[in-house]
Amino acid sequence: MTTIISAKDVHLSYGNYEALHGVNLNFQEKELTALIGPSGCGKSTFLRCLNRMNDDIENIKITGEIKFEGQNIYSSKMDLVKLRKEVGMVFQQPTPFPFSVYDNVAYGLKIAGVKDKDLIDQRVEESLKQAAIWKETKDNLKRNAQAFSGGQQQRICIARALAVRPKVVLLDEPTSALDPISSSEIEETLMELKHQYTFIMVTHNLQQAGRISDQTAFLMNGDLIEAGPTEEMFIAPEKQITSDYLNGRFG
Amino acid sequence: MNDKDKLKEVVDQAIADQQVPHVKLKKMGPSSVDIEKLTKPSKETHQEYWGKGLTYFAIGLIIVLVVSIIGFVGYHGLATFIDNHVNVFHFLTSTDWDPGEGKNHVGAAVMIVTSFAVTLLAALVATPFAVAIALYMTEYSSKKGASFLQSVTELLVGIPSVVYGFLGLTIIIPVIRTLFGGTGFGILAATLVLFVMVLPTITSLTVDSLKAVPSHFRKASMALGATHWQTIYHVVLRVATPRILTAVIFGMARAFGEALAVQMVIGNAVLMPYNLVSPSATLTSQLTSQMGNTVMGTLPNNALWSLALLLLIMSLVFNFLVKLIGKRGQK
Repeated sequence: MTTIISAKDVHLSYGNYEALHGVNLNFQEKELTALIGPSGCGKSTFLRCLNRMNDDIENIKITGEIKFEGQNIYSSKMDLVKLRKEVGMVFQQPTPFPFSVYDNVAYGLKIAGVKDKDLIDQRVEESLKQAAIWKETKDNLKRNAQAFSGGQQQRICIARALAVRPKVVLLDEPTSALDPISSSEIEETLMELKHQYTFIMVTHNLQQAGRISDQTAFLMNGDLIEAGPTEEMFIAPEKQITSDYLNGRFG
Repeated sequence: MNDKDKLKEVVDQAIADQQVPHVKLKKMGPSSVDIEKLTKPSKETHQEYWGKGLTYFAIGLIIVLVVSIIGFVGYHGLATFIDNHVNVFHFLTSTDWDPGEGKNHVGAAVMIVTSFAVTLLAALVATPFAVAIALYMTEYSSKKGASFLQSVTELLVGIPSVVYGFLGLTIIIPVIRTLFGGTGFGILAATLVLFVMVLPTITSLTVDSLKAVPSHFRKASMALGATHWQTIYHVVLRVATPRILTAVIFGMARAFGEALAVQMVIGNAVLMPYNLVSPSATLTSQLTSQMGNTVMGTLPNNALWSLALLLLIMSLVFNFLVKLIGKRGQK
């Protein structure tokens, strides 16, 4: 197992309010890590630090070190565009552009300057297959992506993120806006893909974290309480508060 | 366990705070319900009738107004063709405009061509500037800068058209005269004046259309490794295109209907424009400059009404286009 992203003493504050008080966490390659914790604990904020999606927020201050493949992503030399091609992201709400399915999935390649039509065609097909949405879309690639159901849209978004062949995909509660059937379809998709990609997923759904993640990290009030292999954590958490949360005593 | 105790405390507090509803219900027995009152319209119901009546009355008034305006303009505008037996085809294609001379001299082609020319040119010149300004306001400038520009565009909208015409007459006409010779009056001068006049209209509507692009599209694009400009070009503008087109058509409607400022710089000679700096006349400028010179009910007067009818039809067409594009955009 090699570490692909390592966060060291990450502090983040909006103005005077500190949302993260020094998070240390390593992410292993080709594993699915679940970030869990009560609402407002900073798990989504932390996730967005990993591809610098927090940069645009006003008055934000981030200190500490986040290394992606050994390089500090917050160094001034880091090329944001390149980083985000390596570390993709899928959001809570399905966010397909109001274009055709094909244009959606090809978007990342197009902006990366890929002109080769055959390559794009091939990537679009591959990515849609990987995201388990090829069957539903292969006959209407020209159809507007927003005409599909929520679960299908989310899988189109996953395909869109995968099309640029990122090393890491960040998922910010990818199933919380979906119905149970669509959710389980997304989960199956992730289970199949986690041997090829590194996933880091924020989820409110503890059972989901238990089902599909390899590593789990529990955050609360801006602190990382505990992190470790999912099975160990769910069966025998080291700390009482983790156990309380996992057993539904609060949160 | 400290945390457990805390939790228990919170839960106990919540239970203590909870107000139990059935205590209140007991106080209000069925006997206290006034059946008389329940079966009659209450004060609020009467207010409802009043409010509804007022809105229906206002709508009725507007409908009567619109119908009578269209009816009146249509009646007089069509009189040229019905009472004075002017050929419609002749009216639309002939360049001979001298209605005082009889029914074979009522050709509005010059005004039609000039009106469309100034409108299209003004929109063509103004749109790139408007989109650029709108993009700067929504994507690049600080909030302060955006609100400053916003008030500038609002100010530009508020300036009366006679002031624009006057400025055009004093500044643009002499400049064109020295650059291109001739009188300086013509389509070019009108285009430049209209450019300044429709720019704020198109800009503010374009700003609205760009703001209406959901921010999650921008985020999703950024997360895929797009630069800010790529996001603007490939996503924001593409999503906003139908509404930007609507903005342009609104600007064109304004340019097409503008009378005073155009009349001051177009030259007011009913001559087919052979270049951009030859004097000509638009539908509106001909109306404003001639309406005092005709007698109600005569052919020259009816011919002017026909021009008015043409303007009315065009504004309906512009409205229709806006609706059509709006529908397309929703798909």
